[in-house]
Amino acid sequence: MNAATQPDISVKLAGLELKNPVMVASGTFGYGREYADLVDLNGLGAIMVKGILMEPWEGNRTPRMVEVRGGLINAIGLQNPGVEYFIKEELPFLRQYDVPVIVNVWGRTIDEYAQVCARLDSEPGVAALELNVSCPNVKHGGLAFGADPAMLAQVVKAARDVTKLPLIPKLSPQLFAIGEFAKVAEANGADAVSLTNTLPAMVIDVETRRPVLANKIGGLSGPAIHPVAVKLVRDAACAVKIPVIGMGGIENAADALEFIIAGASAVAVGTANFSEPQTALQVVDGIREYMQRHGFDSLAGLTGSLNME
Amino acid sequence: MNQEEAIIAGQCDRGGGYRELVLASPRIAATVRPGQFVHLRIPDLHGAVLRRPFSIYRAAGDNLHILYKNVGLGTTAMNRLEEGRQVSILGPLGNGFPLELNDRQPVLVAGGYGVAPLYYLAEKLREKGRLLVGGRTAQDILLIDEFTKLGWQVEVATDDGSSGRRGMVTVLLDELLDTAPAGRCVFYACGPDGMLKALAERALAHGLPAWLSLDKHMGCGGGACLACVTRIRTDDGSESWERVCKDGPVFAAREVVWE
Repeated sequence: MNAATQPDISVKLAGLELKNPVMVASGTFGYGREYADLVDLNGLGAIMVKGILMEPWEGNRTPRMVEVRGGLINAIGLQNPGVEYFIKEELPFLRQYDVPVIVNVWGRTIDEYAQVCARLDSEPGVAALELNVSCPNVKHGGLAFGADPAMLAQVVKAARDVTKLPLIPKLSPQLFAIGEFAKVAEANGADAVSLTNTLPAMVIDVETRRPVLANKIGGLSGPAIHPVAVKLVRDAACAVKIPVIGMGGIENAADALEFIIAGASAVAVGTANFSEPQTALQVVDGIREYMQRHGFDSLAGLTGSLNME
Repeated sequence: MNQEEAIIAGQCDRGGGYRELVLASPRIAATVRPGQFVHLRIPDLHGAVLRRPFSIYRAAGDNLHILYKNVGLGTTAMNRLEEGRQVSILGPLGNGFPLELNDRQPVLVAGGYGVAPLYYLAEKLREKGRLLVGGRTAQDILLIDEFTKLGWQVEVATDDGSSGRRGMVTVLLDELLDTAPAGRCVFYACGPDGMLKALAERALAHGLPAWLSLDKHMGCGGGACLACVTRIRTDDGSESWERVCKDGPVFAAREVVWE
């Protein structure tokens, strides 16, 4: 490869054309607006916005977040203003930018997932839908749908029936056979899968012998879960033909490259956005630099290039 | 909101485990208003994934001044930051205190190092008034000389009576509310939730306005993560979660729903 030419880091994924493979993960970047002062949103591969329900949802009581070694545990409980507010108040802002918007969708019933998907189907500025079937912090919906293959099949199929938008089920890290779940998603019309969501976790205050979080349990994210997520992405990528979006504890380009080499077509930066909002843009630069250094012309050649010999 | 690579311009001991940190941060120092805060990424704090929020005690020229107490691993790591060290900060964050007094007399109510943002406020308010400050011991009472030099009347209460009156700051507050001029007061407060709640109840009972700076465990500091929410009641009686980092940290006493 000619050293003077820039490697092609664009990605075609689930019918989307991304300038680069680095997205920001749902729940860690609000609706884009929150970080628009600090981050060039047009430089992101895509924005996965905070999970949206049909109706406004209050979420959990506080405390909702606790920091642990190498990560944090959150139990926000999917607080969101509802799909109509999102369409009216948040989406127009995002439409000003040249960046695909992937809307994270959540329902308490299969019907609710389908309703939100149907409502967003024809909205200009929505590039794809990520189905949240893996949130550990809500009593109904979330992980309840993602931990059972028959339920997962129903959610994906119900969404598929009402929208032509690309569908990306987001899988939990606590599935024993993640490849099987990825296959279920694929067989029922998913265009890609994203993984992983947070890992169910708990912190106990030993003085009071009570859980620190009001919700008692939460989801662990951050560098602590990165190696777990890399292995799961590898398993999922081996099981399906649809693309895999890798996420879990990315703090730098090397973390992202592990996912890509393991088989991810794209990645998402999550928890790191909180401390370093520029992380995704830095990861883009780092991936480009790595590809130049290792002689890769295009990202496709790097995806799944793991050498297990 | 800006992100700035600030330079440590110095730090010194303020006694009782309190420290003052000075950061050269020209962009944020130029625009920060009283009651706003910065989110600081502490270097060398391995395993930490979050920044730490600090209110501003002074902003002068290029410099931001922060008062902090050694309470954990983060602040212990801050002790070791030497002059010239680069530190990433986000700011100014939050809404800050309203400066319009509407012909009222300002009364500042502080608990412990909650006095820090109130000093910056005292510098910027058009009228001088009085400061009621409480703490556990004399060592927890900070910035008294500075307030006096600024021309403010200072009253102190400590739990152990080692400085000022024995008891909580509410003792001073109740005395003030018994006097005639109290009817023209506006309160500005920063401190523990218990103190803020006690002030809020008294201010509401007397029909006096009070601005409270809340402290909640924060994640991102920019309104994205929804960790630091607090229950807020609007005038029509409906309640919602509002973000302390973005919609606050300053709320009117009548809005705050205490859990």
